[in-house]
Amino acid sequence: MTDQVQKILEIADDELILGWRNSEWTGIAPLLEEDVAFSSIAQNEIGHARALYERAAQELGTTADELAFDRSPEEYRCSRLVQLRLVPDWAATIARHYLYETADEERIGVLKQSEDAELAGLAAKIDREEAYHRMHAQMWFERLHDEPRFKAALDELQPLLDVRGEHTPEFATLWEEMTSVRRSLAGATW
Amino acid sequence: MIYEVFRQERKGQAFAHAGSVEAPNEEFAEAYAREQYGRRGESTALWVAPRDAVHEIDDFADELRKNYHRVDGYPLKEKLGKARELAAKGPRGLSAGAG
Amino acid sequence: MDAREQEFLDYVQGGGQVETEDWMPDEYRAKLIKFIEMHGNSELMGVLPEREWILRAPTLQRKLALTAKVQDEVGHSQLIYRVVEDLGKPRERCLDDLISGKSKFHNVFHYPTKTWGDVGVIAWLVDAAAIISQKALLKCSYAPYARIMKKICWEESFHILHGRDVVLTMMLGTDEQRELVQEALDRWWGPLMQFHGNPISREEDPMYVWRIKSQGNEEARQQFLDGYVPQIWELGLTVPDPKLRKNEDDVWKYSEPDWDELKRVVTGHGPKTAERLELRRTSREETAWVRRAVLAEAA
Repeated sequence: MTDQVQKILEIADDELILGWRNSEWTGIAPLLEEDVAFSSIAQNEIGHARALYERAAQELGTTADELAFDRSPEEYRCSRLVQLRLVPDWAATIARHYLYETADEERIGVLKQSEDAELAGLAAKIDREEAYHRMHAQMWFERLHDEPRFKAALDELQPLLDVRGEHTPEFATLWEEMTSVRRSLAGATW
Repeated sequence: MIYEVFRQERKGQAFAHAGSVEAPNEEFAEAYAREQYGRRGESTALWVAPRDAVHEIDDFADELRKNYHRVDGYPLKEKLGKARELAAKGPRGLSAGAG
Repeated sequence: MDAREQEFLDYVQGGGQVETEDWMPDEYRAKLIKFIEMHGNSELMGVLPEREWILRAPTLQRKLALTAKVQDEVGHSQLIYRVVEDLGKPRERCLDDLISGKSKFHNVFHYPTKTWGDVGVIAWLVDAAAIISQKALLKCSYAPYARIMKKICWEESFHILHGRDVVLTMMLGTDEQRELVQEALDRWWGPLMQFHGNPISREEDPMYVWRIKSQGNEEARQQFLDGYVPQIWELGLTVPDPKLRKNEDDVWKYSEPDWDELKRVVTGHGPKTAERLELRRTSREETAWVRRAVLAEAA
């Protein structure tokens, strides 16, 4: 596996797991209007993961779904930050959203400079969608920045931003849930 | 606060009222309108305005026969019929089809 | 009924449309709020059985489609509660009444979703039953509601296709997958047949009299059967009602649905009613601080 593919998988895994976690708010977000908006963000993240997996899949001779679902838990390269189950804590959710989008902008920025034109193009598309995520995160940051629980959440989550390697215990539970239907009938088409 | 949302489905079309969202300020209202009325590419553009900036007028005074500036003020059928008859008779130097 | 109310009744029965600021009889306003509120409640509660499967969707495509479907339903509840609010009942009071059990939501959302088979069957057939009612509501005498129904119907059309795609994929798969679909259909048929309500004649249905609804319950059910039983049978699935058939007059005949079950369920005694209302109550409490922080006077 090349360095580039490893990097792509790292970003894809972050987007997949964060998107998965953010989708846990669909239906129970604090405001109906926000529920709709935040769900779009979650869907975009999974969409980004899908596009990145498809790119990696070409090189690895597999499919996006197989990369997303059929690896063992240890093979995922997502950061500890995205694995945390934060529902029903909206302060922590927005704190993570804000921290992640800020860091991701840099990461995607690097990818946009890639010599691989296709990858650079994909990164540009992802960045254009994430511009709305950043606007949304900023909007909430301005609204909540005086809230003590929000400030506390930022402090608590910041250190976890790029920590990779050993997964949180919650990740195993998430992986079980994500893969339960696929594992029930290995190889079936859904 | 309630914000009214108007949407334009395709370029060139009129903006039509689409609905309303509840939001604390303009920024949130725009984010919410964008998602509620544009997440599926169903609108090319939106206008968002606070509800109390939009004023409805639904009473109009039309009491004194103002049909002079409407099409229904010009029933020409009868006059046209008579004018055609007159032209067909020919006298006074008039004939149908002349000029 | 006094003269003014009679005039209004004649107006709506003649196809007249009513706007928010128009005068309307108290009874019309009350019936309207009750009907529309129940719809909003149903969209909001309908989210919960499907949410569980967002987290267990077996492909990225299904994950995205299901999340988008549930997102639409939340969006619908937003549209609908806004209409109710403009009629005079604030969203928070609607949620109070929903959670306390004072107001109702449709029967189908009181039942469990047990397998991925349910996910397909619900998106295909429950949404189909709903869209039949919703298309009829495009002609509702209350114009703001009729207008949002247009957006709702447009969004629902993808839901049904997604549901049918999920089912077709399983029917083309393994024996176990086909069995999942059949088993889900067996469980959902009863609630589906009850969904459109008991067959009171439309002239006896106040919702029809005021032209809030533009079709009777049995009419809706017949349309559902007409549209979807052939789709079910053509896949080799069986409907768990041996009496189901179309007679010589082109009318669908079927075993009498369990109207007692329907009544029990919508009055709050469904298998999942308490659990789901509890989830609504707790998530609302846990996020109350956000609404206070956000909806307070904007800075």
